[in-house]
Amino acid sequence: MSYFVKSKDDILEIRWHGRGGQGVVSSAQILAEAAFYEGFKGVTAAPSFGAERRGAPITASTRLSPKPVRVFSQIENPDIVIVLDETLLTSEDATAGLKSGGWLVVNTPKKPSQIRSGDSFSIATADANSVAKEVTLVVSGAALVNTAMLGAFVRVTGIISLESIREAIAKKFSPAEAQKNFEAARLTYERIILG
Amino acid sequence: MAGKKTESLIITGNQAAAIGAKMSRVQVIAAYPITPQSPVTEGLSQFVEMGELKAEYVTVESEHSALSVCITASTVGARAFTATSANGLAYMCEQLHWAAGARLPLVLACVNRAMAAPWNILNDQQDAMSQRDTGWIQIYARDNQEILDSIIQAYKIAETVYVPVMVCYDGYILSHTVMPVEIPRQKDVDRFLPRYKPHTILDPSDPRNLNQVTLANPRLNSIGSLCHGYMELRYLLQEAIEGCSETIVAVDREFGETFGRSWGGMTWSYRLEDADLILMAAGSLATQATVAADELRAQGYRAGVLGLRVYRPFPKQDLIEATSKAGLVLVFDKSISYGNEGPICSDLKSALYRSKSRPVVHGYICGLGGRDIKVRELTEAAIRSLLWVRETESAKPTEWLNCQI
Repeated sequence: MSYFVKSKDDILEIRWHGRGGQGVVSSAQILAEAAFYEGFKGVTAAPSFGAERRGAPITASTRLSPKPVRVFSQIENPDIVIVLDETLLTSEDATAGLKSGGWLVVNTPKKPSQIRSGDSFSIATADANSVAKEVTLVVSGAALVNTAMLGAFVRVTGIISLESIREAIAKKFSPAEAQKNFEAARLTYERIILG
Repeated sequence: MAGKKTESLIITGNQAAAIGAKMSRVQVIAAYPITPQSPVTEGLSQFVEMGELKAEYVTVESEHSALSVCITASTVGARAFTATSANGLAYMCEQLHWAAGARLPLVLACVNRAMAAPWNILNDQQDAMSQRDTGWIQIYARDNQEILDSIIQAYKIAETVYVPVMVCYDGYILSHTVMPVEIPRQKDVDRFLPRYKPHTILDPSDPRNLNQVTLANPRLNSIGSLCHGYMELRYLLQEAIEGCSETIVAVDREFGETFGRSWGGMTWSYRLEDADLILMAAGSLATQATVAADELRAQGYRAGVLGLRVYRPFPKQDLIEATSKAGLVLVFDKSISYGNEGPICSDLKSALYRSKSRPVVHGYICGLGGRDIKVRELTEAAIRSLLWVRETESAKPTEWLNCQI
């Protein structure tokens, strides 16, 4: 955990990978909001700039800092990469630039050792699909895994509490939907496998 | 200063703009959707639909019509708002001239985007810079808080000097990026920006002819009063814009007294006191340049940032003073006057002609069509420029940053 608690000037950079329609941008924003509640003065979240289409690979980014964020360029060297769709690990270069000592967090039923090995970053895996189905976060047959992965972030970094995630989720959804989304985050927090 | 605690929201620049317009209690909104501006008007139409904003939302078939509706609304005394980007702003061009010539206090949010062709929906500042000669005041916001605050300020400025104001902010980089924004209390905004009291209203019970054909020379009207010719009216427009920097500074100061934060008036600076090397830009790039200045300082260079908040009127005197102690100024333009150079660079050089202590000015063109600009590219440019000054006699040509041709 010590990796994520450095000097007061540090910016933690998170890159999200998913497909259009998976709620990648929403997750990036909810995380920024939760971090703000947690006391981070500088939080930004942005979509990958450009045209987005359902199903197409997209990225989003979140920056968290104790001080206001002054950098707006695309993230080159993320501390954490969160992948909502496992197929993007091979079709896209999802781990490009991932810092040594950072974390790759993947939505998959596999164990971290089954994802890849020999990297300078750590790997965590969470079966967010199963969790989303368990709490009935399903639209048109597809599991909504974006909020579940917020729980994965909390567990991997330890810099934000589940309570702040709950607060941020409550801002985005109706009470009933918020409850389901938070439950997905909480279960993923509990079940994630840290490699 | 606001006593009670205000709320902060984590919102995009577009949401900040919509909230700014709502809190300014605009009465008429007319806009046509264009990326990346669309969420501004979507937000406003929602406010109107939900009854949170008592305004007439006029749907139109083009940007030209959008601004025409705003011009008409303003002419009969309403506070009007529109927003657009890129080709949409270009399509308004004729009406931009009209709004300024008619001296209407409109506010327009320009979400900066590259001009086609070829099609590109990403950020640069070519759209607004290409309209710099239409007679509008132009403010460039450095973050989402400044977008919200500047829209409120813009109405106060426009309604004081009767010149329309364009509040410009970078598409995607600010428009689609969330960050903390403090939402002022409505009663403080109402106190700062009272209801608009127009000086001339087109009213059927008191008919008058506005902006009729105006010939070259002054002449008597039908009741024998000597009226300005076209040239006198244009002189008055120029006089109003050149003279409005005092108003802009005063409005920003009063804003600071009311809300506890202000934005520097015409320009802002970062670590400039002893700076020998100045990075200059407008908008979000200037914010990012402050990180480059920190890195250059860490390497032993006395670097600072000069942020251009208001581009029109161009703050000549402020810039002369801010650069008087520097040896080198790098200007990062996100647009170009084709066949010449970056417009901010050009205008800075022109302003410095009157200065006794002229620094060397190097122009950089960057970020066109959304080309990402990294902090290290700014610091590397600064070091290249310093080397050039040290080792080269001739003037440095404009450099295109990270152009891979």
